[in-house]
Amino acid sequence: MTEKQKIMAVASVGGHFVQLLTITKALEKHYEIIYCSTHDNCRDLVGEREYYLMEDFNRKTPWKLMAGFIKQVRMIKEKRPVAVISTGAAPGLAALMAARVCGVKTIWIDSIANVQRLSASGRIARMFVSRIYTQWPALADGKVIYAGNVLNQ
Amino acid sequence: MIFVTTGTQEPFDRFLKIIDAIVPYLHEEIIVQAFRDIYNPKNFSLREFISPGEFVSIMERSRLVVSHAGMGTILSALRMDKPIVVFPRVAAMGEHRNEHQIESANKMYDMGYVYLASDENALKSYMLKKDIQPLKKIDNKASDSLINSLVDFIG
Repeated sequence: MTEKQKIMAVASVGGHFVQLLTITKALEKHYEIIYCSTHDNCRDLVGEREYYLMEDFNRKTPWKLMAGFIKQVRMIKEKRPVAVISTGAAPGLAALMAARVCGVKTIWIDSIANVQRLSASGRIARMFVSRIYTQWPALADGKVIYAGNVLNQ
Repeated sequence: MIFVTTGTQEPFDRFLKIIDAIVPYLHEEIIVQAFRDIYNPKNFSLREFISPGEFVSIMERSRLVVSHAGMGTILSALRMDKPIVVFPRVAAMGEHRNEHQIESANKMYDMGYVYLASDENALKSYMLKKDIQPLKKIDNKASDSLINSLVDFIG
């Protein structure tokens, strides 16, 4: 059997990470998934999968974005994922920027909390990612795709 | 038992004051997780941090979840088939960075996933309703169409 391709899945602790898992748990049979989040608590949620802690930052601490970006570039060079996927927020955006620089596929899935317009991070991601999804049909356009969401009954 | 949770990231004292005013009418166990700011509750003890494992076990034991409009909590409650009342943070009152909690709470209410309260009276009547029912149960996996789209794209 051939070894599964790796993908890296990145999201901040809380609702972003809950949504990420809702999507990536279904991808685990196709890919080896490496998780990154901003709190050690998230380690308990990924079972046997590889998990790495990353520093949290937001728009009030933009200087930390550079450190997060550099750390992610190193990790992508080492782990060689075929794609990096994020549901937000700012740390996920930094990871996708790093993936873009490394020539890896970049996927942004905007949080279901953003009902009326894409998140601020999502609007930045839109400018450079290889694929961007919204979880609300009304927010889809030529570039932003709606293909379903985390409210699967 | 009622589980009240507002996340660990920012204060929500306006909401805690309302909960504190409702608790004497409850005659029922209540567990409250919130960021500790200035307000000191009189009628319940506040828990600042709850581990993910304990969070799940408390939610499983509860008959009702009351929370800010954080999607992580909403998704967790719907998966466990628990009724959830959301009380959105209002950015205009300094409770959040933008009004997306009001927008997402209204949307989830319109679609029939959650109960919605934005003042003490509405919240109190939901919390005192002993037979409040779960609304919609969701799966712990996202839509197949989204998963298939991702697999097609990643290759």
